[in-house]
Amino acid sequence: MDGGGAPVMVDAVRAAPRRSWGAYWQAAPFAIVFLLFFIVPLCLTVAVSFWHYDEYSLQPAFTLENYEEVFDGCIAKLPSLCVTFATYLSTLRFALMAWVCTLVLGFGIAYFLAFHVRTVPMQMALFLICTVPFWTSNIIRMVAWVPLLGRNGLVNQGLQAVGATSAPLDWLLYSEFSVVLAFVHLYTLFMMVPIFNSMARIDRSLIEAARDAGASGWQTLWSVVIPLCKPGIVIGSIFVLTIVMGDFVTVGIMGGQQIASIGKVIQVQMSYLQFPIAAANAVVLLGIVLLMIWALTRLVDIRREL
Amino acid sequence: MTEMNRRGLLRAGAGLAGVAAGTGLAAPAVHAQEPVTLRYLGTAVNQSAEIAAKVKQDLGITIEYIPVVTDDVIRRAVTQPNTFDLLDMEYFSVKRVLPSGNLQGIEARRIKLFDKITPVFTRGVTAGGRTLGEQGTAPKKVQFMNGRGGKDLATSPTEWMTLIPTTYNADTLGIRPDLIGRPVASWAELLNPQFKGKASILNIPSIGIMDAAMVMEATGQYKYPDKGNMSRAEIDRTMAMLTEAKKAGQFRAFWSDFNESVNLMASGETVIQSMWSPAVTKVRSQGVACTYQPLKEGYRAWASGFGMPRTLEGRKLDAAYEFINWFLSGWAGAFLNRQGYYSAVLETAQANMQPYEWAYWMEGKPAEQDIKAPDGSLLEKAGTVRDGGSYEQRMGGVACWNAVMDENTYLIRKWNEFIAS
Repeated sequence: MDGGGAPVMVDAVRAAPRRSWGAYWQAAPFAIVFLLFFIVPLCLTVAVSFWHYDEYSLQPAFTLENYEEVFDGCIAKLPSLCVTFATYLSTLRFALMAWVCTLVLGFGIAYFLAFHVRTVPMQMALFLICTVPFWTSNIIRMVAWVPLLGRNGLVNQGLQAVGATSAPLDWLLYSEFSVVLAFVHLYTLFMMVPIFNSMARIDRSLIEAARDAGASGWQTLWSVVIPLCKPGIVIGSIFVLTIVMGDFVTVGIMGGQQIASIGKVIQVQMSYLQFPIAAANAVVLLGIVLLMIWALTRLVDIRREL
Repeated sequence: MTEMNRRGLLRAGAGLAGVAAGTGLAAPAVHAQEPVTLRYLGTAVNQSAEIAAKVKQDLGITIEYIPVVTDDVIRRAVTQPNTFDLLDMEYFSVKRVLPSGNLQGIEARRIKLFDKITPVFTRGVTAGGRTLGEQGTAPKKVQFMNGRGGKDLATSPTEWMTLIPTTYNADTLGIRPDLIGRPVASWAELLNPQFKGKASILNIPSIGIMDAAMVMEATGQYKYPDKGNMSRAEIDRTMAMLTEAKKAGQFRAFWSDFNESVNLMASGETVIQSMWSPAVTKVRSQGVACTYQPLKEGYRAWASGFGMPRTLEGRKLDAAYEFINWFLSGWAGAFLNRQGYYSAVLETAQANMQPYEWAYWMEGKPAEQDIKAPDGSLLEKAGTVRDGGSYEQRMGGVACWNAVMDENTYLIRKWNEFIAS
């Protein structure tokens, strides 16, 4: 983060050929964990997605029937949407809404922490406060929304008490609103941290220079701060988008189980032992998320920026 | 996660208490060998710390609960039969687990109270002679198999049982009488637009669709040959009705967990929903009016029982029989009856209950004195009558049983479509 970082990096790169075996050994533990608990299960998932299945058994095979079932009627039904398309569309919409909200909030908070809070202890204290949503378990956190947003919850009672509404607002809970709210509440931190990290690396003299050159506050923000925060924004976006795309717990609980998500579809299929079709769905989901990440990394070359 | 931790704590506490109470009594004579531990796979609702403690005290057997949700019970039973010693699952699951060959037949002659098991399971009638509805997976259809290692169901009673019944009940709709303010007498009310945004059903496809089928018949739109085993056309038709209701905003939320259903009802988010008997009791114990409303079309019943995995053998197998025999011998039955469930052997449970308790829970008579839960908390005040009345009235009114349909795969697809609509 400080000025001394760059030369050390350069040294490490230069020294690399001499100590290549040492580097491999250093990387080995994590590589093995990755191989055993990520690559192998992933390969199995892909393999199973081509298997044949019935109520209680799986038969190794190479069949495309699971993929056919995933996209059953998708072309024939156009322009109306098949279940898979409708579910992806709904999931994508949530991902987009959550992304916009967390980006605006995360950027704002990071900006405040990086540029307005002067002392490091204070920054740390405020940072810790941002992690408060993670101090309880997922389920407790979700259940706690009911007394707050429910028909007889605090918000509705408050609104009625001040005369803002005459009847309880139903859309506060078990609606798209509540799902996005929960996402924002949970995942703003994932957006904020990488952006803050980028901001902390910005050389303050650049901002002074912009001001000296006559740029207004907005111009500085738009032409200096945001371009330099791009890696943070992209990394935060990858976090938020991938988590939301695969989520089924939050959508389920906050949507009253009435809103579809790809994760939920996969979960239902798994619980009825339809592993191959669940695997096919998972492979499709993985493909789409990888495409999204690929597109994001096209926008910014993260490796170079880091 | 939190639920597991809490259970773990409770269990650990109960286990310690059991050990403390049990060392002086049961251990030396009966079990000279080291004590047996049975890993008990089932849903959390049936896994009481009190039962585990009592077994430890009476038999010296340690029960190690593995709490999972209904669907996971089946998944574990089919895919990992060696990870548990005793299976507590619903009768409708038999059709899905038995073909995997992972269930070993239970020898009827080793079950001491076999003859005393209520005829609901063996013949499909109540002790009082009322015939139960047979639509769906009625227990008598899946009660017997052809041999210890059989994969097929027997059509008539044999010596080999798939499951030994533990508990069962008749389910109906729970309502909030204070918020509805008028009598409710039919399943049709579940989709009555008057309760728009205030209704809920169970988010388990095979059960949710049965509730919908009850509504369909109640409104006179269609009469199913068997609600528990629909044809594709019948599934389409039923799901179409549910989809229409969902799009019109009839449902507040779908629930899949006991506590969720309690929360929805107690907070007033819903005023009418399919529910389980102890959940209604729990809402009421929070001081909120809630009725387990008997309906004229009848009840949707369920039953669960103990099964043994194929891999169980030796001392653990003996211990499993010992545990099951103990379970039927009365203490556990009384424990279940006091929660609003029904026990498989009624006589022994009755002997373990106070006459006023029996009169309230089983005979549908007004409570002579306050009714207490097994943990001693107040459930009902003196003078209350159980919703739906006596055992004979409630079980005799069963119209259909929770089921797994032949077209299950198709149903799952349609259910996912329904959620996405």
